[in-house]
Amino acid sequence: MTIRFSIYRYNPENDRRPYMQSYELQNDCGAVMLLDALLLIKQQDDSLSFRRSCREGVCGSDAVNINGRNGLACITPLKDLKQPVEVRPLPGRPVIRDLVVDLSQFYAQYRAVKPWLINNDPVPEIERLQSPAERDSLDGLYECILCACCSTSCPSFWWNPDRFLGPAALLQAWRFLADSRDQATGERLDDLEDPYRLFRCHTIMNCVEVCPKELNPTRAISQIKEMLVRRSL
Amino acid sequence: MNIPRRRFDCLVIGAGGAGLRTALQLAQGEAHVAVVSKVFPTRSHTVAAQGGINAALGNVLPDDWHWHMYDTVKGSDYLGDQDAIEYMCRAAARVIIELEHYGVPFTRLDSGRIYQRPFGGQSQNFGGDQAARTCPAADRTGHAMLHTLYQQNLRAKTYFFDEFFAIDLLMDDQGYAVGALVLELETGEPLVIEARTILLATGGNGRMYRTTSNALINTGDGMAMALRAGIPLQDMEFYQIHPTGIAGLGALISEGVRGEGGYLINGEGERFMERYAPHAKDLASRDVVSRSIVTEVREGRGCGPKKDYVLLKLDHLGTDIIKKRLPGIRELAMRFAHVDPVERPIPVYPTAHYVMGGIPTDRFGRVVVPVAHGPEEAVPGLYAVGECACVSVHGANRLGGNSLLDLVVFGRAAGNHMLGYLEENRYHRLVPEKAIDKAMTHLTRWDRKGDGESVDDVRETLRKTMEDYCGVFRTQEVLDEGIKRVVELDQRLQHATLRDHSKIFNTARIEALELENLMDVSMATVVSAAARKESRGAHSRLDYPKRDDKNWLKHTLFFQDGNVLDYKPVRMKPLTVDPFPPKERVY
Ligand SMILES: Cc1cc2nc3c(=O)[nH]c(=O)nc-3n(C[C@H](O)[C@H](O)[C@H](O)COP(=O)(O)OP(=O)(O)OC[C@H]3O[C@@H](n4cnc5c(N)ncnc54)[C@H](O)[C@@H]3O)c2cc1C
Ligand code: SF4
Ligand code: SF4
Ligand code: FES
Repeated sequence: MTIRFSIYRYNPENDRRPYMQSYELQNDCGAVMLLDALLLIKQQDDSLSFRRSCREGVCGSDAVNINGRNGLACITPLKDLKQPVEVRPLPGRPVIRDLVVDLSQFYAQYRAVKPWLINNDPVPEIERLQSPAERDSLDGLYECILCACCSTSCPSFWWNPDRFLGPAALLQAWRFLADSRDQATGERLDDLEDPYRLFRCHTIMNCVEVCPKELNPTRAISQIKEMLVRRSL
Repeated sequence: MNIPRRRFDCLVIGAGGAGLRTALQLAQGEAHVAVVSKVFPTRSHTVAAQGGINAALGNVLPDDWHWHMYDTVKGSDYLGDQDAIEYMCRAAARVIIELEHYGVPFTRLDSGRIYQRPFGGQSQNFGGDQAARTCPAADRTGHAMLHTLYQQNLRAKTYFFDEFFAIDLLMDDQGYAVGALVLELETGEPLVIEARTILLATGGNGRMYRTTSNALINTGDGMAMALRAGIPLQDMEFYQIHPTGIAGLGALISEGVRGEGGYLINGEGERFMERYAPHAKDLASRDVVSRSIVTEVREGRGCGPKKDYVLLKLDHLGTDIIKKRLPGIRELAMRFAHVDPVERPIPVYPTAHYVMGGIPTDRFGRVVVPVAHGPEEAVPGLYAVGECACVSVHGANRLGGNSLLDLVVFGRAAGNHMLGYLEENRYHRLVPEKAIDKAMTHLTRWDRKGDGESVDDVRETLRKTMEDYCGVFRTQEVLDEGIKRVVELDQRLQHATLRDHSKIFNTARIEALELENLMDVSMATVVSAAARKESRGAHSRLDYPKRDDKNWLKHTLFFQDGNVLDYKPVRMKPLTVDPFPPKERVY
């Protein structure tokens, strides 16, 4: 018995257009997660390119589209997947090669929300105090691994990648708005109050469904919207 | 050959905690700094660090930097340099407060201050009661730290070369570090980056072993680059095997689990650490706990059908504590070991984790080498920090929570020293063509065609060899055989070829270059281990079971040219306090 795969291939140096290539592994090859399988396939065919690093779901390198759904190869169990397992690059981004996509715009959107703590008070000699409850409000936000599963499954992001910030960046915008230590709320909200940057989200929830860390960008987006409404009252 | 060039004041190779902390210091000091990383910065291995970072803040139990220093010296089995250790422990509180100000979401106490958990090898009052010294952000401390440091670098406008692979250092004839040859993954084109000062922060080499907690990218590149530049590696025989990896897999289960109150049991349901370390029990030093687990399994008291692992029990902590303080561990255990630790214990076995050795530096992060006559001397312009460096604060065995600390303390110190160096060395030096040619020859070696052996076969054999011949328990016979086998594998690698010769995002070529690096550091490890005829810290010899301070209280230096060894004294004199003389080490 074998496990069958169909993998997206494209190397702009040699290929005029992308194509799907079939591979097989033996059932007893030892692969548990999809990443194990991709690594074994690469031993058969060293020309297959993909990103990977931690192999335990914490670095966000190996986001790909698996049987039509975005996910991390390293934490996707093979046994749950319909065969042939179709593996494609994340949708909607330019493909550099095979499963490797160009994420520069995704990163630019992240940078655009000023994802760093802003606090202009004089620096105390101890930590800035934060109650456990205040700290709890960062749970579900700071854990984002920037894998891009969410943004590349968001229809609004596909149509307006240059103007809509996308779920990952907006989740980080909220992470700093929600931090009791941050003092740039006004400035951050000004930057977000725009028909596209924030308001292109139509609550389609694709992002929530695919996030491998079970984070909820949609909720973060509606919390930002609420904050904007409250401010205008 | 006409290779494009870029020019910066400072070049930082590596974007983990060490590289990013240094880069931030440089950028804040108005230097023009470039950071090169083979992966996007937040994918660096620091992201995986779980349990926390040490400082004697005393937020939970009384604490003092001097006690932290004592524990670190003792933990190092007296091989750590006491001046560097004093420096680190004194600076700890300050750098952690600084991290908090940068935005790290540390776990909090009701008082609003940072929560601290107990970790292995920590004591109050020089060997008294257990201390609580480790500051966590839940069990995702590395993630929280790395993202925050990256964010601060974005704010400070550090220039990033993401997905560029460093091939070799470029040195001039006077021995100055003047740049590096790097390869852009996306285009497959080489680039020379010139800089007045260069930092190596390329992390560890855990992929040298088959079972490891380390990411696939941890291949010891910077250490091998140093070797090829004629710089020795220090204390490479000391490789930490962490007691609790997920059995059969190696993914790490943080010491924080035992810090929160979890403990180990064997196949007979016995809490066996009580026998090996009556006082500290499950929170004895890592080398001690790992050897105890291996001994239990060897003596037939393992768990499972093959009796080849032990169990880490934590369900008694209660669902709340586990969900709140150990959420990442729970996720890992459920995913990879198929157990929910809220209900059942996790099967664990020791896993290769951390290299205590590395590129020799002083406490300013300067790379130091012996000179022909007399003491050592700095390599002008060259610095190293983090897991690839050896300051040496970890000596023969690192304490949990001290590595993240090492990154930020010495990252900061190196940044400051580099700024001073820039003041004194105002102009770029010429990069000699022959240095570039040599590095290019190294790179283009992989353009060779033909049906030589595959890189994968050599790599997998090397990892198995290192595990079998340079593992937890060592003897002369086994280590000598290990050297022979690594030498053979090195020969085989000379004849390996790639099938894929394309340029764009060719990851096969990167893996080949990484394997060369792994081979170089494996050689350094096994040769250094075979020579050290004593047991100290992580280096445990069945044929020399005792520590031998008379002959071996000294640092090893391995030189690649001829695989020769040299030694240098341990710096026993702290900066201001009295030295801690070697004592028998019991927990
Ligand atoms: C699972 C796990 C948990 C841990 N938990 C803790 C803990 O709780 N507390 C603690 O103190 N320590 C912990 N450690 C240890 C600690 O995390 C590491 O020692 C530390 O993060 C290493 O940081 P670094 O900056 O030196 O290297 P890394 O974070 O590994 O970064 C290396 C950088 O160098 C780059 N690089 C490498 N080679 C090249 C090249 N050829 N060209 C270009 N770039 C290159 C990489 O891209 C990366 O950016 C843990 C380790 C592991 C494995
Ligand atoms: S909820 Fe908003 S951000 Fe998420 S996928 Fe839908 S449109 Fe995109
Ligand atoms: S929110 Fe989730 S899916 Fe989106 S980038 Fe972060 S971790 Fe990935
Ligand atoms: S390899 Fe790091 S998330 Fe999958």
